[in-house]
Amino acid sequence: MKEYKTITEISGPLVFAEVDESIGYDEMVEIETADGDTLRGQVLESADDLVAIQVFEGTSGIDRNASVRFTGETLKMPVTEDLLGRVLDGSGNPIDGGPDIVPDERHDIVGEAINPVSREYPEEFIQTGVSAIDGMNTLVRGQKLPIFSASGLPHSELALQIARQATVPEEDEAGEESEFAVVFGAMGITQEEANEFMDDFERTGALERSVVFMNLADDPAVERTVTPRMALTTAEYLAFEKGYHVLTILTDMTNYCEALRQIGAAREEVPGRRGYPGYMYTDLAQLYERAGRIDGREGSVTQIPILTMPGEDDTHPIPDLTGYITEGQIVMDRDLDSKGMEPPVNVLPSLSRLMDDGIGEGLTREDHGDLKDQLFAAYAQGEDLRDLVNIVGREALSETDNKYLDFADRFESEFVDQGFRTNRDIDRTLDIGWELISLLPKTELNRIGEDLIEEYYVEDADVDDDAGSEEAPADD
Amino acid sequence: MSQATDVAAEDRGQIESVSGPVVTAVDLDARMNDVVYVGDEGLMGEVIEIEGNVTTVQVYEETSGVGPGEPVVNTGEPLTVDLGPGMLDSIYDGVQRPLDVLEEKMGSPFLDRGVDAPGIDMEQTWEFEPTVEEGDTVEPSDIVGEVPETQTIDHKVMVPPDYEGGEVAAVEAGEFTVEETVVELANGEEIQMHQEWPVREARPVEEKQTPTEPLISGQRILDGLFPLAKGGTAAIPGPFGSGKTVTQQSLAKFADADIVVYIGCGERGNEMTEVIEDFPELPDPQTGNPLMERTTLIANTSNMPVAARESCVYTGITIGEFYRDMGYDVALMADSTSRWAEAMREISSRLEEMPGEEGYPAYLAARLSQFYERAGYFENINGSEGSISVIGAVSPPGGDFSEPVTQNTLRIVKTFWALDADLAERRHFPAINWDDSYSLYRDQLDEWFEENVSAEWPDRRQWAVDILDEEGELQEIVQLVGEDALPDDQRLTLEVARYIREGWLQQNAFIEVDQYCPPEKTFKMLGAIKTFDDEAFEALEAGVPIDEITAIDAAPKLNRIATTPDDEVDEHVEELKEEIETQLRELY
Repeated sequence: MKEYKTITEISGPLVFAEVDESIGYDEMVEIETADGDTLRGQVLESADDLVAIQVFEGTSGIDRNASVRFTGETLKMPVTEDLLGRVLDGSGNPIDGGPDIVPDERHDIVGEAINPVSREYPEEFIQTGVSAIDGMNTLVRGQKLPIFSASGLPHSELALQIARQATVPEEDEAGEESEFAVVFGAMGITQEEANEFMDDFERTGALERSVVFMNLADDPAVERTVTPRMALTTAEYLAFEKGYHVLTILTDMTNYCEALRQIGAAREEVPGRRGYPGYMYTDLAQLYERAGRIDGREGSVTQIPILTMPGEDDTHPIPDLTGYITEGQIVMDRDLDSKGMEPPVNVLPSLSRLMDDGIGEGLTREDHGDLKDQLFAAYAQGEDLRDLVNIVGREALSETDNKYLDFADRFESEFVDQGFRTNRDIDRTLDIGWELISLLPKTELNRIGEDLIEEYYVEDADVDDDAGSEEAPADD
Repeated sequence: MSQATDVAAEDRGQIESVSGPVVTAVDLDARMNDVVYVGDEGLMGEVIEIEGNVTTVQVYEETSGVGPGEPVVNTGEPLTVDLGPGMLDSIYDGVQRPLDVLEEKMGSPFLDRGVDAPGIDMEQTWEFEPTVEEGDTVEPSDIVGEVPETQTIDHKVMVPPDYEGGEVAAVEAGEFTVEETVVELANGEEIQMHQEWPVREARPVEEKQTPTEPLISGQRILDGLFPLAKGGTAAIPGPFGSGKTVTQQSLAKFADADIVVYIGCGERGNEMTEVIEDFPELPDPQTGNPLMERTTLIANTSNMPVAARESCVYTGITIGEFYRDMGYDVALMADSTSRWAEAMREISSRLEEMPGEEGYPAYLAARLSQFYERAGYFENINGSEGSISVIGAVSPPGGDFSEPVTQNTLRIVKTFWALDADLAERRHFPAINWDDSYSLYRDQLDEWFEENVSAEWPDRRQWAVDILDEEGELQEIVQLVGEDALPDDQRLTLEVARYIREGWLQQNAFIEVDQYCPPEKTFKMLGAIKTFDDEAFEALEAGVPIDEITAIDAAPKLNRIATTPDDEVDEHVEELKEEIETQLRELY
């Protein structure tokens, strides 16, 4: 391996070096500083005599005499089933004090696109035990469904609740043992947040079936561009070669995008919207599209990326580009949070695009689709009326309108606000939905088939008990 | 795409630098838009800039690991597609490589690189039935025979447009592969089923005509309020989650075109899989044969190489033009043109070109208009008539329609279906906003609707538009003072508008009877609501209180006509009208 001491420029996370041989695009580089530290980087641009290298650990300590070695290969992730139960740093090195990882295979972290012909359309309902998701925005295996959140909202709790409770009822009933794994990729989160996740993983025993990648807030920002790729490479290996159903949680995508912007700026690229690189859509797609099922393979990769919307603005480039790639979104709402809702999910702007094929007779229940549509319409109507009530008062509204207002209030307090430790099965979720929708007269239910109204409509609706929900033991 | 082996390499150069999908090469003798093979693995690319000795290439495949010094080989030909029988019922990537063949060749569900395959099967034989005889004279583009391509479509074999034509010297019926000569001309020209055509060049036509026939979509809001003509252009812009893809897919399923070209340009993999799984199962509403038999799919998902995304719309429209030349009506859906524009932007920024608005290249508007201009109702050179209708989805960042791609698209297209996030949140689908949308074809299509559906079509449509407009104005007042503060006649108008919105404009793509609504049913449903409107206002004038009018049993049934099977609609609507009449007249 040839060594160069030809660094010509160091700028932010980038190092430029002169070379006299052909260096491949995306190739891995090792840089040894005068102190003997070895830093790792990747070729961003390769020209005849000059390469641009992005250094993962930051360029601090590098001077023009540092030696540069090109490894001749692109970045690879060592994969093995033994990764389950391990905690790694953002570049895939163990940080849990456990033994070295002996890889079965080494996979290129960039990953190749799944041929659309080879995909299998996702339609297996995952029961998360969260009504706002199961009932209104159902998750299915192989879907990518991000959580759009904002600083200070309990998105981590929701993600953990999903990781803890997710099951596939159909398989449970059939007694099939589905092998389930969690791959957790943290990018730039604080130590405290990281502890929160780790504690929960350890307490619930989930760690055994998890692979954790940790890039913390004080770890090098550039490393963040590698962490999700490492995590997804591991997820793909477990899913498509070892048959696991892998739930991949990536948090926080906003930090990832900031790192992209930082590199773009250092390279003096023409910026796109709000300074983010013009290729951010493609870059994010290369992450999010690594979810799905493959025809003839056992496992699946389901993705739940979490992002915090800067300024709670869903037109900001990060949530915007994400929404265009992912199959829906779960939106957290500050107003609901301040009302104390757990989880504070606003179902109206939330969406699951794969829902309609994953619900209904034989999958969840025959009434699911119609009921969901009606709940959406009724809640939207109630929301509208709230604005009006502020102006004219409740007395000025018709009786029906008042019923819509009651419905909206109770929908929030009884359907959405279930608590982070309550696990509701789908029947219970739908039953609560019926009890609430039955607050409205039958004539208002124009989205539901008449036969279903006949069967499920609750006369004298009044919801109080919470039977059928499973309360998890309280935090100790 | 033609294989490398077909063409002798004209010249070789070396890679000078690599930056993502953009590679520069030196010492390469190439013309603009020539296709080249890059690096040791032979990745396909296209020349996009030449400066002195340096040639810039956009590469259609992933470039990791490719380095300077590796060879670049020029094919000397522009990016072309293979045209011939076998394109229907196929699924391609952005440069017309059949994805199922790639899967087989790569032996993996993941897309490897450096694998090439022709766009149509060169080995398969087809039953050729000539329509010319020895001694006939044929001219360029003339049809010389037919091949049953699928149960639905007869593929017409044509004289390539760049031939001279002349007397037919030999012609034979029988089984042939696409590369075997089926007709020989006296001047030595040989005609095969297989043709090639450069994707960036429109196939020649005789004349573009004014479209006068609607492309029936089976969507009430589209056919009823904002119709598209056969040969027309439409844009569907909308923020994420507003239903662009569902609308595009409904059109692909139900539009009364002969041929559908569906381009998934930079969109989701699972969505394309849904199309791939559904279309072979779903029946074509015209013929009952599987939908795939009239469909060509182009799937370049968002994580597939960005340069191939740039070319996929051209690949699609060139295939469309070939069927148009045969005299077919082609409908082309591009989902989404924003991703195509972004691919242009990405390549442009890697070339360090001076950016225009929001970083898009200055030639964005020109490229968009060139593309949409390839749509139209045409008289072909061979005398037949065919059309290409183009429906482009647009994904404006943040749902803001003032951004460059939406604005430049609107300057060209004549139909605008504006999707609305607010309607989508209420699960009002299709979430097409009736205030913002428009169709400039409305007037020129009226004649067709009057003749084929009802003479009252234009009036009834106008009535619905008026009610919806009035509702829009009234809603502003209602927001301030509440509905009860309005006078009775205005409250009644709101009630009628509600039936138009909920019973007529809303359509459920997931209910079988409601997925496709024939224009007759569209018209009759509106008729039922109009009857309610007329009768209710008469009752109101006669002094019946508004609450009693709106409380009649028959009224909620207006929201359920959509789920009545097509063959029972006539009877059902007549009964309902009578019921409304009786119930309302009983009140005074």
